[in-house]
Parts: sequence; structure tokens; C-alpha cells
Amino acid sequence: MSDDGAPLVEVRDLHKHFPVGGGLFGRPRAWVRAVDGVSLAIRPGETLGLVGESGSGKSTLGRLMLRLIEPTSGEVRFAGRSLLDLPAGELRALRREMQIVFQDPYGSLNPRMRVGSIVGEGLAIHGIGTRAERRDRVVELLELVGLPPEAARRHPHEFSGGQRQRIGIARALAVRPRFVVADEAVSALDVSIQAQILNLLQDLQQKLGLTLLFIAHDLRIIEHLSDRVAVMYQGKIVELATRDDIYRKPQHPYTRALLSAIPVPNPRQRRRKAGEE
Amino acid sequence: MSSLLAVRDLRTSFFLEGGEARAVDGVSFSLDAGRVLGLVGESGCGKSVTALSLMRLVPPPGRIVAGEVRFDGRDLLPIAEAEMRTVRGAGIAMVFQEPMTSLNPVFTVGNQIAEAVRLHRPVSRHEAWARAVELLGEVGIPDPATRARAYPHQLSGGMRQRVMIAMAISCEPRVLVADEPTTALDVTIQAEILDLLGELRRRRGMALLLITHDLGVVAQQADEVAIMYAGRIVEHASVLEIFDRPLHPYTQALFRSIPGVGGRRERLQPIPGQVPDLLRLPSGCTFRDRCERVIDECAAVVPPLEVKAPAHTAACIRA
Repeated sequence: MSDDGAPLVEVRDLHKHFPVGGGLFGRPRAWVRAVDGVSLAIRPGETLGLVGESGSGKSTLGRLMLRLIEPTSGEVRFAGRSLLDLPAGELRALRREMQIVFQDPYGSLNPRMRVGSIVGEGLAIHGIGTRAERRDRVVELLELVGLPPEAARRHPHEFSGGQRQRIGIARALAVRPRFVVADEAVSALDVSIQAQILNLLQDLQQKLGLTLLFIAHDLRIIEHLSDRVAVMYQGKIVELATRDDIYRKPQHPYTRALLSAIPVPNPRQRRRKAGEE
Repeated sequence: MSSLLAVRDLRTSFFLEGGEARAVDGVSFSLDAGRVLGLVGESGCGKSVTALSLMRLVPPPGRIVAGEVRFDGRDLLPIAEAEMRTVRGAGIAMVFQEPMTSLNPVFTVGNQIAEAVRLHRPVSRHEAWARAVELLGEVGIPDPATRARAYPHQLSGGMRQRVMIAMAISCEPRVLVADEPTTALDVTIQAEILDLLGELRRRRGMALLLITHDLGVVAQQADEVAIMYAGRIVEHASVLEIFDRPLHPYTQALFRSIPGVGGRRERLQPIPGQVPDLLRLPSGCTFRDRCERVIDECAAVVPPLEVKAPAHTAACIRA
């Protein structure tokens, strides 16, 4: 990771407002500012941790960065090019470079498809390689995420939660993306399995030079994985700093509140309750 | 002196097409008034089924097969259902993980708490409502008289969990079973709810059985910790003892697999493999095929929970 170099992903003054109420044809009664003026840049090869509580707008921000949803206003740039005014064909080509891994390892894989087709679907859609080449690539990807080649012939329900998350990761990596958004990618997993997936993500990032936006509500996991951390609250980034600065010298009161609320896995460091100072 | 709650050799199985799944397979522990026991394990280890067994609320095809659940000296398993109903709520009460699905969406929260009060006490509607408002105040809901008239969907997740706790303590239970009470909540709200549970325990002298997968929550709240794996308690000790000197290889592996806080960023050491299928458990020690200290003898017998140090038990022949 270099400190100078141009950012791979950059957003400027990004807004996303969702309408609330008003029914099917009526005017909305109000707007929720899910993302409310966010600017940040992610450097090539970096892991940016995005942490916030439910409703903070962190998932919306992740989806905006991939242009999976349209912003209300603002700018999203990928490798120096604006994603928002690209012609459809060029946008499709750029899509290969950015992928997402979802939280729910049960709901995000089509139950009727075999794992081989799920992992290879992106290759087929983008017309990459011949059928045989795609089949080889699927086996290679399964191996990369620690699954046996036979997995390709099976269906998602035959796998455990951790294995399904590996399948989701293999699918995201199939088209050789440069940028991956991991949205609560380990939240649904048991702790022992969580560790397997976190290590896998770290290894893959090093091996493939991935740039990662790691979205999570768990501050311990964010600390473990991130180079820099952005703290989001009510649609805004309230603090953005290196991991060490965020965890050792938090500046914003909200960051401090979040950190002091973590249940530390050490009974000798019990959190002081308010008023007990 | 006998404990407030003493569970002995509890066995609860689910009778499935594929065979008998022993979700709880010989669990024993006891809990005294004012104490917090953390019951820790990963999904499917039997911690929630243990809780449901204490309340005699195991859903079919599950059934309590054997054991004793002594509450205040009396075994609850043989008593009549009508009698059990008086124990639930007034003796042992329970708080679940998901406050939204446990509340009725079409009644106000005050109504639902008042209902719970009237179920156990011969009081007028008016008195029950007053009690509901009082309880909402006790669990830290601001302006309880107004909030009592709110419907569940009008409250935040943290507020709903407070309502659930108000309902659970409405009949002054002596044991509160909290099954992942903060798992669905944000970290700042989680801290508030855990503080509330701790405070209620101190104020009312309740015993708390805190079921969680989060070692951080346990470290912060529990006096004692029992670690469950595949239906059995594999280690049990005081919270300081278990964090200082974990003896069972599974407990040790669990500790190594969680990221620390504010510390060095060491590589995590995941536990290889997966939690075993209860219908296809390995012989002997059920953890042996994931264990780094496994020897041939581990396959031969199920290791009993033995005293390995003062007030510290573990079920491992290598510990």
C-alpha cells in the first residue's frame, strides 16, 4: 500500500435520500438522508473498515460505491473515472473490477443452481473464456477459497454457513476484481468459523492485491482487518483515521462512545458503567 | 445448602427422521440467588435448548428425556403443566433474542405487560396498568406512562428489549434466563441492556442465566462460565479462572479465534472443521476431530466432566 498514489475508489459529497411515506402515487412525506454528504478515498491495496450501527447508512454507502443504487447527488470515481456518467457498455466492463460479498450466506446464493454455475456465472455473463476454461477457473477458485473441486457439482444447501460464505467469496473473485465490498461478510457466522473467513479474506487480499471496503458493526473485527477506519453515524462519516489512531486516540465523541461500549473479552477489564467513574 | 436452581444430568433430544439428536446430553449446573452464570457456545451446541428445557418449553419433536431441574429444592420435570405455569414467570422467567417477534404487534406494550401481571396476580385492570407503567420505569424507559400506550413497532429495538425485560420481571421471578438478549442490538444499546440486567439482578437478588456466543459479554457480566459443545458442558469455572487458565482444548481454541481489542493484530487461529452434526457424532470425545491435542484414547470413551483444579471442571482426558 502506498501513501501517495491515486485512490482506486473515491466518492465526493455523496448523497442518497430515500422517500418515506406518501403511498404509491402521493408525494413522499419526508426524506431519509441515508448517506448525507460523504467524501472519502480508498487507496489501491488498502482495507478500509466502515463501521456504524444499524441505520447509519454504511450498507447504502457500499452499494453506492459499486453503483448498485443511484445516488441523489455527488460523485463516485473508480480508477480515476466517474462511474455516474459512463456509457452503459463501459460501465458493464468496469463492473468486472468491483464485486460484493453479502452478509447472508443463506439468502445470497440461488438454491436451484449448482455451486459451479454460481461461481462461474460472472464469467459466463462477461463472456470470459470457453466453457472448458470457465470450468477450470471455477475449480481454481474453489481451491483458492479452500473448497474441494467436487463442491462445484453440489447445491448451496449442502454446505454450512462458513462454506457458503466461501462460495460467495469465490463468486466475487471469479472475474478478477480489483475492488471488493464485503458487507457484514462474517456477521452471521459462529466465532470459530468467523476466524476462518477473516483469515481467508486477509490471505486473498495479499495474494491478489485486492482493495477492500470492509463494512461491519463489530468493532473488534474492524480493528483486526483494517488499515484505516471510517466511523459512520446518521449518514455522515464522523471520523476517518488510521486504525491505530481510531482505537488509541479516538477524537469524535461518537467514536469514543462506540469504543467504550465494546464488551472486552477480558474479565479484568470490566467496563465502568456511567456514574461509577 | 441447596442451590436456587440445580440442574442434574439433563437430557433433551429431538426425534427426527434421521434418528435421535441429543441436543442436551447430560448437562448439570447450579445457580445461586444473585449470581450470573454465562452459558457459552456456538450455534447448535444446545445452549438454547437447555434454556427451553428449564422452562419446559421444548417444542416437538423435541422432548426432555431424563434429568432433574430443581428449583428451590423441587424437581420441576414431574410436576403438572398447570403447576408449571405458575413457576414460569413467578419462579423462572425468560428473555429471548428477538424482541419484535416475541411481542404481539396489535396490543400496546402496556397492555401486554398488564396482561402478564394479571395472569399471576388477582389485581384489577387499573392496578395492573399502573404496575405496567411502574415496570417500564424500572427498566429505564423514559416517560413510561406515555410509552405504555405505544405499539411494539413504534419502539426501537433497544426499547422493545426493555419491554421484554419488564414483562419478564413483572411477576418477580427469582431466576431470569436471558437467551442472547443483546445479539440483535447495536453495540451501544447492547451495553445499556447488559447494564440494566446487571442492575436488576443486584437490586432484586435475581439469579441470571446468561446465554450467549459472545465471550466479551460473558467476560463483562458473568460470575461463572460454562462452555457447551455438542450438547455437553465441556468446561465450567469462575470467569477469572476460565479466562486465565482455560483447560479444555475447545475453550482454548475459542479464545484464540476471537480478535482482541486494542492489542496486537495477531493472526487469528480458527478452529479447523465445523461443529459436528448431532446425528453423526464421533465416538468418544465429540471435539476430537477438531482438536490439536487428540490421541487414540480420545475415541474410546466420552470424557467425563472432572475436577481439574479447585472449582474448575473440564471434560478432557488431556487437560
